[in-house]
Amino acid sequence: MSLTGWLTIVLFAVILTALALPLGRYMAKVYTGERVFLTPLFGWLERFLYKVLRVDPQREQDWKSYAKSLLIFSLAGWLLLYLILRTQNAFYVPHALNPLGYHSAPWNVTFNTVSSFMTNTNWQYYSGETTMSYLSQMIGLTVQNWLSAGIGIVVAVALIRGIVGRSGKSIGNFWQDLVRTILYGLAPLSVLTAIVLVSQGVIQNFSTYLTAHTLTGLTQSIAMGPIASQEAIKLLGTNGGGFLNTNSAHPFENPTAFTNFFEMLLVLVIPAALVFAYGRMTGNRRQGYAIFATMMVMFLGAVTVAYIAEAHGSPAQHAAGLHTHVIAGSGGGNMEGKEQRFGIAGSALFDVVTTVTSCGAVNSALESFTGIGGAVPFANLSASEVIFGGVGTGLYSMLLYVLLAVFIGGLMVGRTPEWLGKKLEAREIKLAGLGILITPLAALFCTALATASSAGRKSIAEVALSKSGGNTPQGFSETFYAYLSQANNNGSAFAGYTGFIQPSAGNVGSHGITFADLLGGFDMLFARYAPILFALAVAGALAGKRVTPAGLGTMRTDNPTFVVLLIGVIVLVGALTFFPALLLGPIVQGLTGHLY
Amino acid sequence: MRRDILTSLIGIVVFTILLGLVYPLVITGVSQVAFPGNADGQRVYVKGQLVGSKLIGQNWGTPVLEKNGKPKEVKGVIVTEADPRYFQTRPSATEGGAYNAAASTFSNRGPNSTRTEEADAENIKAYLELERPYNPGLNAASVPVDAVNTSGSNLDPEISEANAHIQAHRVAAKRGLSLATVNGLIGKYTSGRGVGFSGEPGVNVLELNLALDRLAGGAH
Repeated sequence: MSLTGWLTIVLFAVILTALALPLGRYMAKVYTGERVFLTPLFGWLERFLYKVLRVDPQREQDWKSYAKSLLIFSLAGWLLLYLILRTQNAFYVPHALNPLGYHSAPWNVTFNTVSSFMTNTNWQYYSGETTMSYLSQMIGLTVQNWLSAGIGIVVAVALIRGIVGRSGKSIGNFWQDLVRTILYGLAPLSVLTAIVLVSQGVIQNFSTYLTAHTLTGLTQSIAMGPIASQEAIKLLGTNGGGFLNTNSAHPFENPTAFTNFFEMLLVLVIPAALVFAYGRMTGNRRQGYAIFATMMVMFLGAVTVAYIAEAHGSPAQHAAGLHTHVIAGSGGGNMEGKEQRFGIAGSALFDVVTTVTSCGAVNSALESFTGIGGAVPFANLSASEVIFGGVGTGLYSMLLYVLLAVFIGGLMVGRTPEWLGKKLEAREIKLAGLGILITPLAALFCTALATASSAGRKSIAEVALSKSGGNTPQGFSETFYAYLSQANNNGSAFAGYTGFIQPSAGNVGSHGITFADLLGGFDMLFARYAPILFALAVAGALAGKRVTPAGLGTMRTDNPTFVVLLIGVIVLVGALTFFPALLLGPIVQGLTGHLY
Repeated sequence: MRRDILTSLIGIVVFTILLGLVYPLVITGVSQVAFPGNADGQRVYVKGQLVGSKLIGQNWGTPVLEKNGKPKEVKGVIVTEADPRYFQTRPSATEGGAYNAAASTFSNRGPNSTRTEEADAENIKAYLELERPYNPGLNAASVPVDAVNTSGSNLDPEISEANAHIQAHRVAAKRGLSLATVNGLIGKYTSGRGVGFSGEPGVNVLELNLALDRLAGGAH
């Protein structure tokens, strides 16, 4: 550990807060229909899009109608993406956009990939530079990077409208929310970001892969592509699917320590801003500050543990005779799977940033993290990604937890629970409870199925590689992480777990592992859309309620006491659900130091 | 329902055109005009020939030759040994030989796996064999971690300063340069921390080796 490492972490938290506050104010204006400084620039385009889409933005939707639009649009996106990926080398694809003539990946891998990008998960069984054409990445994967992020945000906005709604059924208009999110939020930020990234060294071209002749007489082939444009939305939309296989560890996606810091800010800025926007939209900014404080406390706790664990080094390193403390000119620590330019702090922080959100980008190999360092992403996922969380998904999941905390708090003081002046009744609590439990249920069910079946074991890298045949904590961790990550729509991986066998680049002769591909695909779809429906149903149930003024006995939801209660509820739900499974994998590795 | 279907179908096509074609093309256009070198991947040419990218690490080894003069191969991969005149990058486990930048990959070596320990021990041994003749007293405990552990991308272009300063003894001896000269070059090609505090300093191996060749009065 070093002073600069801790300084990086502290400054990151400060700069993030400073950026999220004004962005939150701006987003609240966008969603309450106020004029913003971009209105004169994009107003005409917005009206033009409504015309083309045949949408009446004034039409108010109740929660069922809103959900219906969302689901049908998602289905259309799924079908088009499947078609694009399965016709990768069809006649209409220009050579320049598939310079290496890659064939399509098999149906089962494509099913997984399409479900993954649709649901903002960006779980990748494939490796970008050996599987995808430039065209597939652009018109297929990049587009879903935008849309899945947009859909996450609009659900959060709809839920806020339900919470603050004054005796009505409407929770807004899906199409208007989506268009506004993209035009006024994601688009300007992405364009700016992409250009900043190129200025720092991220590549953006359509040339074929390079062949270099090195000074020692070898040849080196180097992958190319339009990376910066996808990188920007990958981070801003908390998507996380890399253009290249090693994601943000690859120097073309994340060339310097500065871009590393910048990329981490991009991941968290929208989820953090939405929390502030929520405070403003409820008319009480302190509501937003309380949730932000809850998230920040849990976030900093996670970073601290990860940094200390990684700086300490791994049992395998020590057994081989390495010393892992800081020496002059070397930061030491567990550098297996980490890049020199990021060091331990830059890798640990990035890891936490992308696993508290649903981003799932990685700048280092999670599988090579130490037991305790690796337990941190597990714990972040076990909290169902409410610590900032994905764009929109984080806030709406957190608001369901707030509802639960208010209910539990109400029980403790013996009063009917009230939240922002609205009485909480059986229906909302049931819906919120189900919405919270869906994700853990999906994750644990799939993990159990995969570890208990021989079909599931085919995916574990350790089975083939280790002497003990994969019956190790590492093998279990790989499996558990795969389904936990997919259920949370995160997308980061203990990358030894695979669902795609590719003997050579370009997909000729490749095949998928159907069990892992389909189970993962359904895991993602179920754990994305079921909570969305529950969140929208809660919005609908709350929207119609009358507001009663707060009385003397009303439990406040905007003070430190409530922050503590909320943290307690989140930790308790996560721990009760996942602790037994966590013990079997990362915790036993972290505590014993035994080699398998 | 029908209205939603119609809007969805139009919507997905319109968004695909705007976000999947117009957006990446605009970014490409701006990048190619404003930052052409970066957008193309910071290619390095020597005498008109592409020798690599500044951002991508390379294998600084030469092919091992069989008795018949052909390069030795194991499973179709050319076997190489470190060229002692050059600084060496970190170990790399990409498929098809080290530093295959057409297929970046994680090594996925677990923290408690015996195969991680074996790989580390092997890399320590190779490092000591190469460097100890020029660094008497060098042992496993003093080998910097980055010289033994594979990186995230397995394409790391940089090594730590400690690693470079150990290798400097060998390179200086092989090239007949003074240690001070080589260390001076290391300092010149060491990147600082991002914005002063973020990340770790690192030495860019390609730039450093190119500078050494230039010093030797090579034609480039």
